[in-house]
Amino acid sequence: MAQGQTAPGIVSGRLSSEDIAANFDDLHPAYAPHEAAVAADRCYFCYDAPCVTACPTDIDIPLFIRQIQTGHAQAAAKTILDQNILGGMCARVCPTETLCEEACVRETAEGKPVEIGRLQRYATDTVMAAGVHPFERAASTGKTVAVVGAGPAGLACAHRLAMLGHDVVIHEAREKAGGLNEFGIAAYKSTENYAEAEVDWLLKIGGITIENGSALGRGVTLDGLRDAYDAVFLSIGLGGVNALRAEGEDKDGVRDAVDFIADLRQAADLSALPVGRNVVVIGGGMTAVDAAVQSKLLGAENVTIAYRRGREAMGASRFEQDLAASKGVKLMFNVQPVAVHGNGAATEIELEYTSSAGGELTGTGETTRLAADQVFKAIGQTLEGAPSELALDGRKIAVTGAGRTSVNGVWAGGDCAAGGDDLTVTAVAEGRDAAMDIHEAMKG
Amino acid sequence: MADLKTNFLGIESPNPFWLASAPPTDKEYNVRRAFEAGWGGVVWKTLGAEGPPVVNVNGPRYGAIWGADRRLLGLNNIELITDRPLETNLEEITRVKKDYPDRAIIVSLMVPCEEAAWKAILPRVAETGADGIELNFGCPHGMAERGMGSAVGQVPEYIEMVTRWCKENYDKPVIVKLTPNITDVRFPARAAKAGGADAVSLINTINSIVSVDLDQMAPEPIIGDKGTHGGYCGPAVKPIAMNMVAEIARCPQTHGLPISAIGGITTWRDAAEFMALGAGNVQVCTAAMTYGFKIVEEMISGLSQWMDEKGYTSTEDFIGMAVPNVTDWQYLNLNSVSKAKIDQDACIKCGRCYAACEDTSHQAIAMSEDRTFTVKDDECVACNLCVNVCPVENCISMVELQPGELDERTGETVSAEYANWTTHPNNPSAQAAE
Repeated sequence: MAQGQTAPGIVSGRLSSEDIAANFDDLHPAYAPHEAAVAADRCYFCYDAPCVTACPTDIDIPLFIRQIQTGHAQAAAKTILDQNILGGMCARVCPTETLCEEACVRETAEGKPVEIGRLQRYATDTVMAAGVHPFERAASTGKTVAVVGAGPAGLACAHRLAMLGHDVVIHEAREKAGGLNEFGIAAYKSTENYAEAEVDWLLKIGGITIENGSALGRGVTLDGLRDAYDAVFLSIGLGGVNALRAEGEDKDGVRDAVDFIADLRQAADLSALPVGRNVVVIGGGMTAVDAAVQSKLLGAENVTIAYRRGREAMGASRFEQDLAASKGVKLMFNVQPVAVHGNGAATEIELEYTSSAGGELTGTGETTRLAADQVFKAIGQTLEGAPSELALDGRKIAVTGAGRTSVNGVWAGGDCAAGGDDLTVTAVAEGRDAAMDIHEAMKG
Repeated sequence: MADLKTNFLGIESPNPFWLASAPPTDKEYNVRRAFEAGWGGVVWKTLGAEGPPVVNVNGPRYGAIWGADRRLLGLNNIELITDRPLETNLEEITRVKKDYPDRAIIVSLMVPCEEAAWKAILPRVAETGADGIELNFGCPHGMAERGMGSAVGQVPEYIEMVTRWCKENYDKPVIVKLTPNITDVRFPARAAKAGGADAVSLINTINSIVSVDLDQMAPEPIIGDKGTHGGYCGPAVKPIAMNMVAEIARCPQTHGLPISAIGGITTWRDAAEFMALGAGNVQVCTAAMTYGFKIVEEMISGLSQWMDEKGYTSTEDFIGMAVPNVTDWQYLNLNSVSKAKIDQDACIKCGRCYAACEDTSHQAIAMSEDRTFTVKDDECVACNLCVNVCPVENCISMVELQPGELDERTGETVSAEYANWTTHPNNPSAQAAE
């Protein structure tokens, strides 16, 4: 029997298993073939298409859509995967509303872009369903490359290198590959264990070995990798989380949103996953929305996103904001946490209103309190465990060109490297481009 | 609301929308449903001579071309004339006409090309009380192989001969239905007129293969493991039909010969266009087969509304109005100079005009870094391709230069004079303007 949304504290089973299953169903259901044909027919096949320009991986979108339209979804998938080997996941998680679909001329014309993301999913799903891996390895070069981190950047880099005939070993700290595709990202964007299935499919190229439980400082060192391999690609992501710097943030019930999402993604039974009655998420990015919406879907009674700036500054797109609102999440703007109250465990959070003048954010002194038995911190991740010999650019690994770091023979990409938008699709592009650069460099 | 009542060859019907001779008019049951739905008349599906009826295939009879959302654009059929006994059809026609005296019923006929065969059937048809007959000289499949249908329609002498037999042996109007599967439709039309036809109707279906099954390697529809050419109809054939109607309407020898237009008519606008080109009424088949008989309601309301908007009180007011403006290429005014103009506010920057012009035409559209597309007047020949490929209606328009303005492409000033190819200096057979 479900405990109900009003049960106090952080408890599991607020909703019935059936309700939870329905809540976590696919956000954008797959197209049926006829739907796909009709959706594809809306594409105008633009000259020098703006959607391609807007795609970080430069997928030839008009071409793949036309291939769907003419009945060759697998050829469409090949067009996509040539540029973006994780095109299946990107079809699910890309904020298309701020990338290709925002650039679509039909968005300009009528506010209804061609549904590029769903079409991309339709194409890539056909290849996955057929169990086909449309790439073959080139003859072995005898070169070896170490990739650190099996997230989107690392996987894209490894696949491209393997395809070019190099042997790749991926050192992955966790027990599973996939990075944020597997441990981050809302569950309703990656249903039916898609992230894992995609990694399995990607590895069919051959020539890639994954060593789980292996990370810099845990079994391997950068120097050791440089000695043992012809090149090293670092895609270690952002392992740390920023602190709230609010009084009482060590109380029970306060935790990192990324950990909550990882637990949720790995949970065998979502009805066994505890969630608070009154949840407050601090932050304004995609992670904040993912944590807030999923809390609501698990059955939290009240979920609030508290963001220190205005709506327009929010990292999450308007689509994501509207998604949150439609699920019953309350969005609060221009508030920052000053204290978490409670006797041992959190019961309330105190927020101070802010105002910004000339880009400077200051507290107004006026505060408000919200009931909060669970507080998620989603105020950004930080680089952790980067080898000290690497030069930094701000708080990330400095790179030039296609991911070259300050250390010879070492490349970096994905969230740990400077530049980019911290998106899956950007990480894939960086991994792919670094692989091409590594390939050229290893030719000598 | 404008009155749509039409008088075609003295046959009155409440509106100009008739159902063409085809499966929808094969039986009393269908025709009664059509009249209840509001159709002004029907041409009863073609009757053959007394005796054992024809047989149809027992596999698929239709093939089709679709748009992306399965909109039916073109239909192809290999059905023959009625496969029901002559007597049954005649009895049904008699009953229906009696019950619907205000609707037109025309009987389509196809019998062997012998006078005796026509003399035998015409009195039987006359007894039904039907308003007239239509001679099916058009079917391109099956019957043509037996010396009927388009096999007759492709020989003007036969058309004239059979038409004359019918006029001599039947008192009511005789309409000759023409096949488009010929080189110049004016020849059969002239032959029909010479034989005394009261009107022509056109077009019958066009010889076609609509698709090939690439697994079975056979044209569709496939009967067993083979297919055959069929008759093409539906929206896709409308442009071909309109040209043929216009050719007959403007030919001095056939001008004034009443025309019943057929060919892809799906909406009131299609009907209005055919009628502007000289058709006294229209016949519909594919639209009814696709959407059912109810579709005539839109045709009726649409045509009435348009007539009201234009101030036409009768269809006679606009029939043939566009005919004087259909001419030969050689008489087009070469001094009429236009330039494409792109409405930047309406442009959605898809670049299709640019691709079309740059790759396949005259390199007359410029594209800027920020995807602003502009016409180069010094290159534009006003071909209109950009207008046709632009997905936004009225975004690109053709603007005619006024006399006295400079055509930047030729460096010449636009003349107010009319001048055509017949007098052009480049024309080897040009005649000096007198």
